[in-house]
Amino acid sequence: MALVTATLRMTTPLLFAALGGVLSERSGIINIALEGMMLTGAFFSVAGTYWTGNPWLGLLIGVLSAGVAATIHAYWSITLRGNQIVAGTAVNLIAAGLTAFLIQRIWGQAGASVSVQKLPNLASGINVLLPVAFLLVPVVHIVLFRTKQGLHLQASGEHPQAAENVGIDVTRNRYVAVIASGLLAGMGGAFLSIGDLSYFTLDMTAGRGFIALAAVIFGGWTPVGAMLAALLFGASQAVQIQAQATPGFPISTDLLLAFPYLLTLIAVTGLVRASTPPAGLGTHPTAH
Amino acid sequence: MSSPPATSRNMIVLNVLGPILAVLAALAVGAVIMLISGHDPITAYVALVDGSLNSKRAITETLIYTAPLILGGLAFAIAYRASLFNIGIEGQLVMGGLAAGIVGAWDLGLPTALHLPLALLAAAAAGGLWGAIPGALRAFTGAHEVITTIMLNYLAYRTVNYTIQKLGDWLPVDNQFQATNRAMDTARLPIVLDGTRLHSGILIAIACAILLWYVLFRTVFGYKVRTVGLSLGAAQYAGISWRGVFVAAMLLSGLLAGLAGAGEALGLHGRHFANPPGYGFTAIAVGLVGRNHPLAIIPSALLFGALSAGAPAMQSDADVSKEIVLVLQGLVILAVAAFAAANRIPGLRKLATPRMSSGRI
Repeated sequence: MALVTATLRMTTPLLFAALGGVLSERSGIINIALEGMMLTGAFFSVAGTYWTGNPWLGLLIGVLSAGVAATIHAYWSITLRGNQIVAGTAVNLIAAGLTAFLIQRIWGQAGASVSVQKLPNLASGINVLLPVAFLLVPVVHIVLFRTKQGLHLQASGEHPQAAENVGIDVTRNRYVAVIASGLLAGMGGAFLSIGDLSYFTLDMTAGRGFIALAAVIFGGWTPVGAMLAALLFGASQAVQIQAQATPGFPISTDLLLAFPYLLTLIAVTGLVRASTPPAGLGTHPTAH
Repeated sequence: MSSPPATSRNMIVLNVLGPILAVLAALAVGAVIMLISGHDPITAYVALVDGSLNSKRAITETLIYTAPLILGGLAFAIAYRASLFNIGIEGQLVMGGLAAGIVGAWDLGLPTALHLPLALLAAAAAGGLWGAIPGALRAFTGAHEVITTIMLNYLAYRTVNYTIQKLGDWLPVDNQFQATNRAMDTARLPIVLDGTRLHSGILIAIACAILLWYVLFRTVFGYKVRTVGLSLGAAQYAGISWRGVFVAAMLLSGLLAGLAGAGEALGLHGRHFANPPGYGFTAIAVGLVGRNHPLAIIPSALLFGALSAGAPAMQSDADVSKEIVLVLQGLVILAVAAFAAANRIPGLRKLATPRMSSGRI
């Protein structure tokens, strides 16, 4: 039972970010900036709570800040047609630097914020944001596959030129998708800092944004697939934590921690099953 | 002597002035961030220059940071020239550092003339292998190198950690110290300037830059790499084995990153630490500002080396925490990208210069 709860807790931040990743990548924008967006969300949720004294307002501030980070990624990737990986790398660097810089500035100490009030728990170890992540899976699924907007978004990612030719506003769809990915990743970050814990620490996300991206790919760019992949990765983290607390556990924690990455590496080679990204991923409609 | 034709002059402006303007723009935005957060940017930047250039010690510290950044920047550039995006420099660097640290700490009874080259070779091989894997995966399965290199970064961190934590019975590692054992004197990179920490890694880095320039622009292999990078279709049509180029470019990229790790392990620290240094991400900025040209990467790395070396002074003199340097690096990357796309920013269109076709990722 403890392992189930731990798995759900480890999965939640990955799932939020992965759902964002599905939207962004389905619209044709590669999103390695999920990591920076999560970190931004985690930081400003704590800062917002610290400033307002209210964790819900903190959540709002955190999620919106991650949206700002996403807008930067969107502007460079979509409007400037810059290299999407370059833009994502820049967002990640800025988020890492700015949060470290601001910890020092706001709380006068290096490495961690002070403790703030966290979002309420529904039950022991089950934060209010946890079910939200899982409830968002059918929501994103329906939006993506059952609504006109979702189909337009997919068209923007599969064949941006054709989409544009039939009058779909590819630029707008991509902006919406990338900013939505930022809001979702920000919520994942907020779960880490004011959901599961009650403070921010340096580099708190520790690569979860990249794991979430791996979940997107491992899950075949679908919300349900991404959830299953996130659960698998979450479970391996939960087992690893359990293992660290159990002296004499037979499997090395490094091996357990390496497992999701190894799995993703194998998955993207298509050796296990076909792994086909949206055809227009990383491309733009013809320049004009 | 006749003046160069207009297009080539535009290219010079684009390639030299663009990055310089980008750096200035990033510093300006950095100053605004400091102002908003209640710091004095002038004091901060003065401290930055002081800490990186204003004394013999400051200059040698800058050069110490510059060495791995040149090698990392070259690693990024060679892959980029083949249209590949190596985000895995950090992982290749730590694998190289681990290999160098282990071979360097091994008491093999060899003289320096053999032990040091052997340790460097081990680093090049380990880094090269870690780079060739994503190259081969891309060439033969189509798996995108951005994803595979990110995964291989984490696998490298875990491998290093596991080796240092668990393999102490077989290998010269120290799990109390979170590092490999101290390297033998026979495997240390000699100090270049007495009384400083400046080791010969900087010379290796500069030599590699010149060598890579030669390979890229004066050999058939380099021609193939650039052809594959500019147009995969054209390369296929010309009968170039693009799969081989992908693997070779990534192998070379990882090899250079591995040497960067060796410089840290055998030069600066005398052992390889389990904690990754983070140069692999700065290297991306170094490569981009240097326009992925091996020789231009040297001044680019110097700039970022100076930023890193001056950061502690900025923290102590101006109370600006040193992580602001990461923000500046990110801003430089954004600014370089923005200048390259100046024709798409309203208001800048007039100033726009023709763009080189860039490899699609």
